[in-house]
Amino acid sequence: MNPKIFASIAVVITGIVLLYGIADFPTFGDPRSPANSGVEGGAPSTSLYYINESYGDTKVPNLVTSVLADYRGYDTMFETVVVFAAGIAIFAILRCVGKDDGAVISAPTKNSIDGDHNRIIVGMTCRIAVPVVQIFALYVVAHGHHSPGGGFQGGVMLGASFILIALAGNLDDALGRFSEKSYMALASLGILIYAGFGVLPQVLGKNFLDYGVLQKILLTDGPEMARSHSMLGVEIGVALTVMSIMFAIFANLSSRGTLKGGL
Amino acid sequence: MILSFDIIILIFLIVAAIISLNVKDLLSSAMIFGIYGFLICLLWAEMGAVDVAFTEATVGAGVSTVLFIATILNTRRRSSD
Amino acid sequence: MVEFFLNTVKPHFNFWVYVILMMIGLWSLIAKNNLIKKMMGLAIFQSAIILFYVSIGVKDGATIPVLEHYGDYAEKAVPAGPDVSATESSPAPAASNPADAFANPVPHVLMLTAIVVGVATLGVALALCEMIFKEFDTLEEDELLRKIKALHDDA
Repeated sequence: MNPKIFASIAVVITGIVLLYGIADFPTFGDPRSPANSGVEGGAPSTSLYYINESYGDTKVPNLVTSVLADYRGYDTMFETVVVFAAGIAIFAILRCVGKDDGAVISAPTKNSIDGDHNRIIVGMTCRIAVPVVQIFALYVVAHGHHSPGGGFQGGVMLGASFILIALAGNLDDALGRFSEKSYMALASLGILIYAGFGVLPQVLGKNFLDYGVLQKILLTDGPEMARSHSMLGVEIGVALTVMSIMFAIFANLSSRGTLKGGL
Repeated sequence: MILSFDIIILIFLIVAAIISLNVKDLLSSAMIFGIYGFLICLLWAEMGAVDVAFTEATVGAGVSTVLFIATILNTRRRSSD
Repeated sequence: MVEFFLNTVKPHFNFWVYVILMMIGLWSLIAKNNLIKKMMGLAIFQSAIILFYVSIGVKDGATIPVLEHYGDYAEKAVPAGPDVSATESSPAPAASNPADAFANPVPHVLMLTAIVVGVATLGVALALCEMIFKEFDTLEEDELLRKIKALHDDA
């Protein structure tokens, strides 16, 4: 039947079922809801443990980073693997080496900005903005323990700085600074760093991703600081992978796989 | 958790979503999708989810919009509905 | 009518808005003709779901889940948080918990993963759209179905 009629019927039925289920929810913002503080007479919510004990276990003030990189580090590792797999999938779908479609968007013929009046404003702004963005991105990665931030946000900002170079000039400008070999190598290196931090405790005899035993290698005076430093290490791995894959997705999409022309 | 702020932003969200899906020029549609992303980032920052807001601002409203524009400029710019 | 509005909609008004956003995304995913509009509908659907999850962890009067004055926590002192029993309708408050000063961090953690995975799958979907355009020279669903049917009838 007509897709619009079918869509309307499906949407109305699903909407009514969902709205009927909403009537049983706890009030918005209630601190005594089961997700926030547990069921009366039953188990307390895990978030209470994370809020109360995570500073004592890991010495990291940002609760979200400590849960993401330490208590639930297995999830984060596989999320990084999913991002890497998406990059590989786009490489497999789009990338055609050596064939020339002829359907490439026309790129500016000169590479230098001086003298090309159409690009002088965008080019100079890009030259000023890109170093600032990259330094701020490195700050966000390194400061993820004390303020909102961490590996993902910093990695995406680093990738976005290379996308800015590609948008303001040629795709070849950005590829000259961050070639295909480099970004594929860095993406794999990021995941190896994360998996390495996981396998190293296994070599020392304990569980996978159990950062506390790394105090023998990192020479700290307690398992808490070892966990804090290992969290920084895995965040760096995540940032490397996310930066490379974000730029890889953009480079392949904007040139339709050939990496020759571009936006 | 300011109530009136919540209501206004949510109404803008619904308006932005409906407009972005009904405009025929795909480039404008991608722009309004970027606006939708920034409004959601604002809503999360107001709810106290600052890490999520940071990630949505860079990923959702930044990279996602750029990927849409890159695809639209390599395919057709007008859509039939 | 008014009491239905006050009792049912008002305490959960933003869950209603999230369901409306989800349904807008779902309708566009099924009914729109252009493939790029379908992908935008998918992205709107995903962000509405993430909005729903994050709003489960909101607490009235709580601050962001980053500890300040964390020297206090080394000695397990009670932080200076807001007074829970002073807000409006808190139903039969138990002992006021010092953890109520911070928003619930667990939904934030889960949704960080969800956003990044969402953009990765969006990239793959757009790559497929580009390959479809290269092969068939159109992105409209009805023309695509006609061309694929013509291919099958010829072969």
